[in-house]
Amino acid sequence: MADLASPFRKIGHLAVDRIWRLGFAVRFMFAVIRYSGPSFRRLPLIIREIYFGGVLSLLIITVSGLFVGLVLGLQGYEILQRFGSTEALGTLVALSLTRELGPVLAAIFFASRAGSSVTAEIGLMKATEQLKAMDMMAVNPIARVVAPRFWGGVISMPFLAALFSAMGVLGGWLIGVVFIGVDDGAYWSQMQSGVDFRYDIWNGVVKSFVFGIAVSLIAVFEGYDSVPTAEGVSRAITRTVVTSVLTVLALDFVLTSFMFRGAS
Amino acid sequence: MSDDILVDIEELHFNYDGRPVLQGINMKIRRGQVVAIMGGSGCGKTTLLRCIGGQLKPTGGMVRLEKHRVCNMSHTELYDLRRKMGMLFQFGALFTDISVFDNVAFPLREHTDLSEAMIRDLVLMKLEAVGLRGAHALMPGELSGGMARRVALARAVALDPMLVMYDEPFAGLDPIALGVIGQLIRKLNDALGATSIMVTHDVHESLAIVDYIYFVSQGRIVAEGTPDEIRASEDPFVHQFVHAEVDGPVHFDYPAPSVVKEFLGGGARG
Repeated sequence: MADLASPFRKIGHLAVDRIWRLGFAVRFMFAVIRYSGPSFRRLPLIIREIYFGGVLSLLIITVSGLFVGLVLGLQGYEILQRFGSTEALGTLVALSLTRELGPVLAAIFFASRAGSSVTAEIGLMKATEQLKAMDMMAVNPIARVVAPRFWGGVISMPFLAALFSAMGVLGGWLIGVVFIGVDDGAYWSQMQSGVDFRYDIWNGVVKSFVFGIAVSLIAVFEGYDSVPTAEGVSRAITRTVVTSVLTVLALDFVLTSFMFRGAS
Repeated sequence: MSDDILVDIEELHFNYDGRPVLQGINMKIRRGQVVAIMGGSGCGKTTLLRCIGGQLKPTGGMVRLEKHRVCNMSHTELYDLRRKMGMLFQFGALFTDISVFDNVAFPLREHTDLSEAMIRDLVLMKLEAVGLRGAHALMPGELSGGMARRVALARAVALDPMLVMYDEPFAGLDPIALGVIGQLIRKLNDALGATSIMVTHDVHESLAIVDYIYFVSQGRIVAEGTPDEIRASEDPFVHQFVHAEVDGPVHFDYPAPSVVKEFLGGGARG
């Protein structure tokens, strides 16, 4: 009888554990917001994190944005050619990037590069008792370590997404106009008339801001909640990337369904 | 509570996951003393230190520091009190992304409005006290274990605390570094007029520098006294601990079924 109950007990334990962790994550989020005031009063802390999270991600965002634009240019031209509307290549590339690919891919790359590094840094600080030492010095680790990293990520994300989209548009132009021979004026003018600032660009900015909050929160939480061992930190880094990617994709669906209702 | 007593612990209990770790600890630590809390690994020494520092909330009893009941304090009150405390962690817990200088300056920058020039002088004085003024520009990764412990000691006393706590300050040090750290703990305590609580299992170094010793076993205080009283003690626990004997009330082996049952009686399989 005890053996029969064992799987149910394990499932129950797992469910309780997950609910408890979710509750802790919510309380943690409120603590980060609550202690954000001191971080904003000491801007160098946030600027440092913008440098580590944002500026040092510029290369991966620039290069990946360019390649995504090159691929979009190629694929877009091939499809539009079937309908005889290759001059709409600029609109297709720009809309794909500003509405979807820019915010989503930039968030995924940001989670992989900067999010994982934030988790590792906070996790190792925990493993080497640096957070406890800070707490014993009457310095709140959430205010001093967590909140600046969180806001550094949130502020960086929209700029990285914008850069990703800009590089993608450039990549599309490079392949479409320079290599394939689509008309230069048509590429830019079609884009100008087909892309609405509020509907397309601003919604993309809002998306990237929301993704920035989600990815940064996951990164700092996983680091803070990691088991303070080498294996524990390594698992936390993996969770950061996996959870961030899934969360970004899920949030993208939800946000898209609210933002772009014209399609339905 | 007498003014002479800085830390007063009464019937302190602490359970971890239902398992009793501290079971009715009573302690009175006088101002100006260096006190050692000794005992085998896992006996509850570090837990006791964390209850004193307010990092853990006891399940029963109380810890009083000056006139404050540590267990009942709000987060803000606890942080106010911790500004008067310093703590040296087992492996230093230096902030690895900033230099030795910035590590020692950290509490000064966080809790005072002193000018950078003043902070510089204070930091160099603290580093001079631990013999590392010349190492102020190094990063923590460039320090040996003993040097890191001394930098952490300088950081712990940066705000001239009234109470300094040491968690295993001698762990993993070579004999020379161990002697240096021991002497520094004593000298800094006397120079600052502070009180020190040291959790350790290094008997000989501790007997040379402390004023009073508590022995903890299985969450209870089993013996206490001055170094001379401890050396002369015939208590079986103290005798075994001080003379590092294999046989005695403290068992070396982890509890297990009998060897006969394990090997011949079809016991647990690995």
